Amino acid sequence: MTIESWLQAAIADAERRGLPELKPILEALARSTRALRAADFNDDASGRQSADGRTR
Amino acid sequence: MMTIEQFGRRLRARELTAVRVTEECLRRIEADNPRLNAFITVMADQALRQAREADQELAAGNDRGPLHGVPISIKDLLDIRGVPTTAASRVREGHVASHDAPTIVHLRQAGAVLVGKTNLHEFAFGTTNEDSAFGPARNPHDPTRSPGGSSGGSAASVAAGMALATIGTDTGGSIRIPAAACGIVGLKPSLGEVSIDGVVPLSRTLDHVGPLAQSVTDACLVYHALMGDAGAKPPAPMPIPGLRLAVPRKYFCDLLDGEVRARFEEALERLRTAGAHIDEVEIQHASDIAPVYLHLVMADAAAYHATALETMPEKYTPNVRLRLEMGRYVLGEDYVRALAGRERLRREVDAALSQHDALILPTLPIPAPTIGAATVEIDGVAEPVRNLMLRLTQPFNITGHPAMAMPSGNSADGLPCSVQLVGRSRQTDALIRVALACESPISGSAT
Repeated sequence: MTIESWLQAAIADAERRGLPELKPILEALARSTRALRAADFNDDASGRQSADGRTR
Repeated sequence: MMTIEQFGRRLRARELTAVRVTEECLRRIEADNPRLNAFITVMADQALRQAREADQELAAGNDRGPLHGVPISIKDLLDIRGVPTTAASRVREGHVASHDAPTIVHLRQAGAVLVGKTNLHEFAFGTTNEDSAFGPARNPHDPTRSPGGSSGGSAASVAAGMALATIGTDTGGSIRIPAAACGIVGLKPSLGEVSIDGVVPLSRTLDHVGPLAQSVTDACLVYHALMGDAGAKPPAPMPIPGLRLAVPRKYFCDLLDGEVRARFEEALERLRTAGAHIDEVEIQHASDIAPVYLHLVMADAAAYHATALETMPEKYTPNVRLRLEMGRYVLGEDYVRALAGRERLRREVDAALSQHDALILPTLPIPAPTIGAATVEIDGVAEPVRNLMLRLTQPFNITGHPAMAMPSGNSADGLPCSVQLVGRSRQTDALIRVALACESPISGSAT
């Protein structure tokens, strides 16, 4: 699931549950998740190597 | 208020009694708790009974060790049999603990006198102590300021002389942040050393239990008692000449209030003058700390609270409820990424410590913030208070390394500043030896 599609679904779910004030918090979480997914310690099934030379 | 060490000497010299000092703590609670809101439950009758028993035992020749007769407060997140564990939340209304947490059992065996249960940020999920069903705890140095959190009532109780020491919990800095804000010592032991059974969890991945006290020696005595080793003596300080400390400047010193930075640099200079060798090191993935922490703590907390969020959402304070709800949207794949980040950060901190006895860095980037402040300005930029307060402590919850907050002088406004020492994994006693050596140079007090 992409972060964009996850964020859309999460905001829609929060609104459905009567929690529209969650939207800015979910947007902040999305920014944090984007940073987490961009980190070079993540594994990659293609075997692509990370910046430190480890197989991901 | 005297330290535990001073109390012990005078108790055994028959210059005072446990009852007398407990009465003095209870008198201060009665006088100052309306202003500071440090305690949720005061256990006056039980405390006086325990103090009388402690005096009788000592008179009969039964000395339980350094904590014998010592008045101690307990964060209201730990179970004490027969007493509510409120977690500062209406969600816990009606709860009464059926058992003592193992740490409380150990404190009782050590002869400690439990004076009461202290205020906290609701469910330990915050750094300011503002969101509590019992109202905010306040900083004894300036009651318009936060005492830090989440163990804010605990730190305030010691700083105001309502107890000689206190027990807190630390998931992202909740022992060290309030210790820093209130000008006392706070020790987060290595991950897993002190039992977290009988403690309302925030994140079982990151939770720690540990002491806040008036000195490194006192923190050491309480730490050992928490582990059931009540008779342990403090280790000898490590000699400062030859001590190898490392400052992780990148990230850790990037965003500091001017006075916190000044007190930190002054402490480093005093340590150099005393003979310590101070290098600089880099934690390569430090910029990933916040995302790693957020995904771990949010998901862990959401799992624990999911049922209550569905059945009694109105009983949470609004801010805490929203943050818990946010955690319910963390995806499993991102939680696993955060675990991978945790492992990477752990290795990097291990590597930074491989040639050094401890890392040294500020504990809190700012002095205690004003209650209600959402942001604080640093170099003209408004920074979110919560992010700032967690910034320098949460890394070592992620990695599990032992860390100690120690007073390093005051700001011009008289607010405490604090320096943090971080030791090698599972070597809390070695960190204590370093801290004992560094306590005077860091505080700037005469040796």
